[in-house]
Amino acid sequence: MMDLFDYDDGREGYYGQYGGTFLPEILHTTIEDLKREFGSAKQDPAFWQEYVELLHSYSGRPTPVTSLDNLSRHLGGARIYAKREDLNQTGAHKINNVLGQGLLVKRMGKSRVIAETGAGQHGYATATMAARFGLKCKIYMGAVDVARQRPNVFWMEKLGAEVIAVEDGQQTLKDAINECLRDWVTNMDDTHYVLGTACGPHPFPEMVSWFQSIIGTEAREQFRVLNGSLPNRVYACVGGGSNAIGIFQGFFNDIEVELVGCEAGGFGPGAGNHAARLAYKDASVGVAQGYKTYFLQNEDGNMMHTHSVAAGLDYIGVNPILVDQWEKGRIRFEAVTDQEVTEALKLTMETEGLIPALESCHGFAQAIKEAAQMSPNESVLINMSGRGDKDIFTIADALDDQKWREFIRQKAVEYGI
Amino acid sequence: MIKSGVNLSGKKLWNTEFKMLSGYIAKRKKTKSPLVMTHVVCGYPSFEENLKALEIMQGFNVDIVELQFPFSEPSADGPAFVRANQIAIEQGVSVKDCFEFMRKVNNQFSFKTLMMGYYNTVFKMGEAEFLDRLQQAGGMGFIVPDLPIEEACTLFEGARQRSLSPIVLMTPTNHDSRLQELAEAADGFVYAVARKGVTGAATSMSPELINFLQRCKQYTDLPLAVGFGVSSPADIRFIGDNADIAIIGTAALRAWEAGKENALSSFFSNLLGE
Repeated sequence: MMDLFDYDDGREGYYGQYGGTFLPEILHTTIEDLKREFGSAKQDPAFWQEYVELLHSYSGRPTPVTSLDNLSRHLGGARIYAKREDLNQTGAHKINNVLGQGLLVKRMGKSRVIAETGAGQHGYATATMAARFGLKCKIYMGAVDVARQRPNVFWMEKLGAEVIAVEDGQQTLKDAINECLRDWVTNMDDTHYVLGTACGPHPFPEMVSWFQSIIGTEAREQFRVLNGSLPNRVYACVGGGSNAIGIFQGFFNDIEVELVGCEAGGFGPGAGNHAARLAYKDASVGVAQGYKTYFLQNEDGNMMHTHSVAAGLDYIGVNPILVDQWEKGRIRFEAVTDQEVTEALKLTMETEGLIPALESCHGFAQAIKEAAQMSPNESVLINMSGRGDKDIFTIADALDDQKWREFIRQKAVEYGI
Repeated sequence: MIKSGVNLSGKKLWNTEFKMLSGYIAKRKKTKSPLVMTHVVCGYPSFEENLKALEIMQGFNVDIVELQFPFSEPSADGPAFVRANQIAIEQGVSVKDCFEFMRKVNNQFSFKTLMMGYYNTVFKMGEAEFLDRLQQAGGMGFIVPDLPIEEACTLFEGARQRSLSPIVLMTPTNHDSRLQELAEAADGFVYAVARKGVTGAATSMSPELINFLQRCKQYTDLPLAVGFGVSSPADIRFIGDNADIAIIGTAALRAWEAGKENALSSFFSNLLGE
């Protein structure tokens, strides 16, 4: 059995040459304390048991694996299944990691949490956890994302969190992460930074991966029961990479199962058009936001603009474990354009009555493309990392829905605008 | 006590190679206390305005200037510097421009310069190339706050070979054992971070700060540079009494933004006297 977290001597937090801990000295003690607390929690079976019980009672786990018979028949190729992370409390896989870190916060005795958020899913989940656990909560969100994800902002605020619109830089996820680091270097005594994606300085990639591994552990067993074998391929969208590393971990040791990471191809290849770090050739290795990985950056090491229809994938860097496994040939990376995403969403809604989040649609689009070329004896599994109905404003835009536009105009009139 | 340039076994490592910045500071310290280190963000608002600000700083007998190479993710900086970094990058300021500017500044002024920036700027260029260019531009060393000493071995070793000083930060959150490790890696001077938080937030001249500076002195005999929103002659006297180098960053940037030459001159005049 391969253990991704069995580090070489003197290389704790490194996956091949990627990962590490690159933080200002002021956070040295905080991150050392966090490593120790996380290490002891990971060794404590009672901690994991408490985590799983919390997910069962509060978030509806285990989430099912659903056989998408209509979609499979429509394509005439491989049988398609989806792991239903959309059925979690708050509508996405993000809550898994957040509840895990919430338990860790209680262990550490801290009273305040901060978090970055892109699409708003992680902020929403963190605000939910903070409400449930009685913690103070501040969410940093790029101003551009605040503008395009108002419904999530609305819920975060109603749940008692303070939402700060970050006006620096591109005003998206990366800028929200910078702002969290600035808050953390000031308030580390009572504050834990609930990093939402499996990126940033060690121990975050390991910690987020560990909490999200529940997806893959459940999915592998459920798939075997349903299908009597393992899937030929597993697809997951990759922004920072937390849902992908979550489901992939269930299948890492099954070398016959191909793992496919689906990045945001946006408008297609070319600097500034997308957020595909590995599938396209516009990224290179760098060190920023606390860790070493592939970044979409220019020759001076300054980060480039990124674009995706899915805010949750619109990020400059990528999980260092996934990069290492990509280099070693264990994971294949593909990019899916905004256009392909929209088509996949329509087909999935019409054939299965499921509404995947735009992020998750990247996995659906790639699986749909490939399944059609595969044999009916083969099977594929998609991680449906979140549900799309809460993104109604964004999806209505992506589908260019005229009736929705008219409705918004009417609402504006009602509000006297 | 761990003396600079001496490792735990007491073996001398690089005391002679590191004479440049240390020697300069030692010489300046004979005539004034404290020394003064200021900061400009290269290319913000423009290189021309940088030069005008530096002329004023030279006029007030500033000893060291940090030239910040703009980076798109300046996560250790406060709002004023974040904005300055961002605007400089939007205006197209490149790393090459910054090195050229540094060379020009070193030819034109008598104070010494340090590169201040983030590790990705160094990493992307390649450590050896970065150090060569820094040396060619006449810089005395560098401050890279997001590079922990564990990750800095090759960069610091390369700096030693070129007589450049890697500046290490000590912070109030560090345990004693960590201060000792930091002291072993440090050279030139130690940048004592007066408080938690990003650049530009105000702190007071507190007993806690004195206590922290005393803890630093237990582990290093290098000069201590300290900044905490320095804005009054009393602040300067406090640093003269408790450390060696006063760091003036955000306040000078704000003065320039408020009223360019006149505002910056009166800021320094108020702070340092004629």
